[in-house]
Amino acid sequence: MSGSEVVIVGGGVTGLSAGWWLARSGVKVTVLDKFIVGWEASGRNGGGASHYSSPLFDEEQRLWPQMDDLLGYPTEHQKERILIAMTERQWEQYRFVAERHQRLNHQVEVLDVKQVQDAVPLAGDNCFGGVHYKFGGHANPQRSVQAYAWALQDLGGIIHQHSPVTGFETAGGKVTAVKTATATFGCDAVVVAAGPQIPQLMAQLGVDIPLAAARAEMIITEPAPMMPLGGVDGHKLYGRQTMRGNLAYGGGPHEWIDVDETGPAARPSTPLARNLARRLAELLPKAAHLNVIRSWAGVVENSPDGRPIIDRLTSPDNVVVASMSSVGFGLSPASGHAIRDLVIDGKCSFADIDILKLSRFAGLEADWRERRGWTALA
Amino acid sequence: MELNFTGTDICAVGGTRSPAEAHYDVVVIGAGPSGIAAAFEAKQTGASVLLIDENPVSGALMGNDVPLYFGGRMTAATQNSERMLEAVFMSMPALEQAMEAGVELLLRTTAWGVYRNGPGVQSLPEQVVGLADAERSWLVGFGRIVLATGARDLALAFTGWDQPGVMGAAALQMLLTRYAAFDGHRVLILGSHDLALETALIALEHGLDVAGLVEVRSAPQGSAELVAKLAAAGVSVHCNTAVTSAQGGINGIEAATLSNGETIACDTICTAVGLIPSIELVDAMHGQRELDAMRGGYVPVGEATVSAVGLCAGLADSGFDHVEYRMDWVRALAASSAPDTIICQCEEVTRADLLGVQPPNYLDRPPAMCARSLETLLNDGPANQDQIKRLTRAGMGVCQGRRCRDQVAMLLALESGQPFAAVPLASHRAPVRPLPMKILADWNEPAQMEAAWDVWFGIPTQWVPVEDIGTPFEDEHRGMLYTGMYK
Repeated sequence: MSGSEVVIVGGGVTGLSAGWWLARSGVKVTVLDKFIVGWEASGRNGGGASHYSSPLFDEEQRLWPQMDDLLGYPTEHQKERILIAMTERQWEQYRFVAERHQRLNHQVEVLDVKQVQDAVPLAGDNCFGGVHYKFGGHANPQRSVQAYAWALQDLGGIIHQHSPVTGFETAGGKVTAVKTATATFGCDAVVVAAGPQIPQLMAQLGVDIPLAAARAEMIITEPAPMMPLGGVDGHKLYGRQTMRGNLAYGGGPHEWIDVDETGPAARPSTPLARNLARRLAELLPKAAHLNVIRSWAGVVENSPDGRPIIDRLTSPDNVVVASMSSVGFGLSPASGHAIRDLVIDGKCSFADIDILKLSRFAGLEADWRERRGWTALA
Repeated sequence: MELNFTGTDICAVGGTRSPAEAHYDVVVIGAGPSGIAAAFEAKQTGASVLLIDENPVSGALMGNDVPLYFGGRMTAATQNSERMLEAVFMSMPALEQAMEAGVELLLRTTAWGVYRNGPGVQSLPEQVVGLADAERSWLVGFGRIVLATGARDLALAFTGWDQPGVMGAAALQMLLTRYAAFDGHRVLILGSHDLALETALIALEHGLDVAGLVEVRSAPQGSAELVAKLAAAGVSVHCNTAVTSAQGGINGIEAATLSNGETIACDTICTAVGLIPSIELVDAMHGQRELDAMRGGYVPVGEATVSAVGLCAGLADSGFDHVEYRMDWVRALAASSAPDTIICQCEEVTRADLLGVQPPNYLDRPPAMCARSLETLLNDGPANQDQIKRLTRAGMGVCQGRRCRDQVAMLLALESGQPFAAVPLASHRAPVRPLPMKILADWNEPAQMEAAWDVWFGIPTQWVPVEDIGTPFEDEHRGMLYTGMYK
């Protein structure tokens, strides 16, 4: 496979990581992106990197602490997380999760209120307790995406921004080229990692990929004093304190939307910022006086079971499809590795990822979105 | 679990939102002369009208250069909220007339976001404007919104500009004419177009010393009549020169040095090179806007339910290319200041780091990082300020880019050899004013919101530990964490 040409459709974090992994194996990589790398959900998310629900978890955990060195660019990766319970019910739920982690040999520690406040000085005595994950962490999404892109270029990879893919050329059961409005890129293999646009692109190859797109929102405060541990979740919020000190938090209701082949038409935020502000003020009461200075929204896609689809198709057999189903950023070091393996070897070398195969949706009803209310509001 | 789970997604946003507290046919944002006139006019047609204005903003916000570039030159009087409120009424008698006509008036009230359904959002029950005062935030529905948000100061960087006493022309005029709360005596004015000339004359009228005007071009730019008036008052325009540095002490500016070698004693340097139409709300609501160099920058494009009046709709077109003029200033100031001159004060980003696309100082810069720059980034596509601000943090601070966004865009245009119009406008985000979390917070949200709230999508299969999938633990996990879903 070394020396062959792989075209990657989508310069999000998954496509760029895959490109970087392939380039490390000597593959000639071309990434095509409709706009600027990481412009959609890859650059607009909570930055979390603690995905124990994924078969890629161990590899995610192994790789993140090395990523700055491997890429040669800063990602702002920080280790560990704390989950703070703000209600009796949350306390019950979070201790349940802690117990599960203990059984699975993931290092966790249950904290009392005093211990929570020691680790998270912005927390108050209004909490019930917390769970300290001695694993996982977080990084800066935009910085990490750019780091992958630059590291890929440093290995000879080519990135064409402002180049939306319009179609494919096929011959002999393979994709032989990927087309944009102005150019055709011949290839030996293709990775389609185009987020919400995957269904439209893959439909051109006669492959049905069940994904539904939705919009989710976050708020950002001015910098707070740096806490010993920035990866603070809980109260049904996710987020982090950035290395600059800002608190960046999301959570709460999403809105299902329709996305056509050109991608999200807009990413508007809404007054949900007020509901986020309320919960963050409760979670970190000693930061309640801080100014909120931004809010924003991103568009992510989900598969019917909310788990990624990472699969090499049987027809055309040189295409790997990768949708991370709304949990792509943190898993990116590992997802890129898995995609590299599928492209080059046809099989993931470090984990059993059969659970992520597309074939699990073979029996899915055609109107699955409607049947569960995953449709855009009229 | 069964993959084809069916039902209603209770974690989707439909039906969970807080309703607006009130509804008006017309909401006017900004109670300057244009806003008052628009409110008055709407009231004459029998409409219900709400007129709001953020002024007088708190002393703390003025310290953050909200809404204008006050540069720390306010007197202690600005800390007295009641006194400031009185000053607003005293300076604008039309406010009382509007109230007598039946316009509802809210001062010290900020409009921090406007929201409506459109591409990417269909879940809003009605179009609303988010308001906030010192106590709380709330939503108000409207039929039509009139933006009369005025224009804000263009700030420009030179060595020493990050000291108290470097301020904007609109801020100086407001402190002098509305509040009588300017804490300086001797002002050096940058620029010589009408804004600068008028500011100089107002300063003289209020008994200040005007130390002179500085102009990078070869001749005064504004009306000959105003130049003559200033000359008669003994104020000269120093042409063909820029400020190279400002010197100061604990109380800020004490002198300025020009590129022609002159040093001028002053306690205030007033940047009067341009005003920027305040389109934050329009842009944050994804409203249409276009660049009009003759009218001072990006201006709103009229829509059926959103209109703009006064300076936020654009400066008066006198045939003067404001953008070209500002670009001349940025070019001259960049040429006469060191690369380590701070451009973004909040995030302490230097011009070298901005144009080098370097990360903030708290991050390492390994060799590969140091080899990157705007020049290498341009190989990938045209300069994009939103992308570059995320990498450098220029414009990401608590002033929300009011002090640097315009000059950052100009520097990117200059460095990439492109016209200003080629650099897309960096996005504005709600809240368009810094708003304390506890004020922004919705403390009276409907029960449906809490019922719908999940940390992420609430998909029962999404967060099951991988080892538990297909085991009895999976159902236990779902039962504990996802009760009530998809029945």
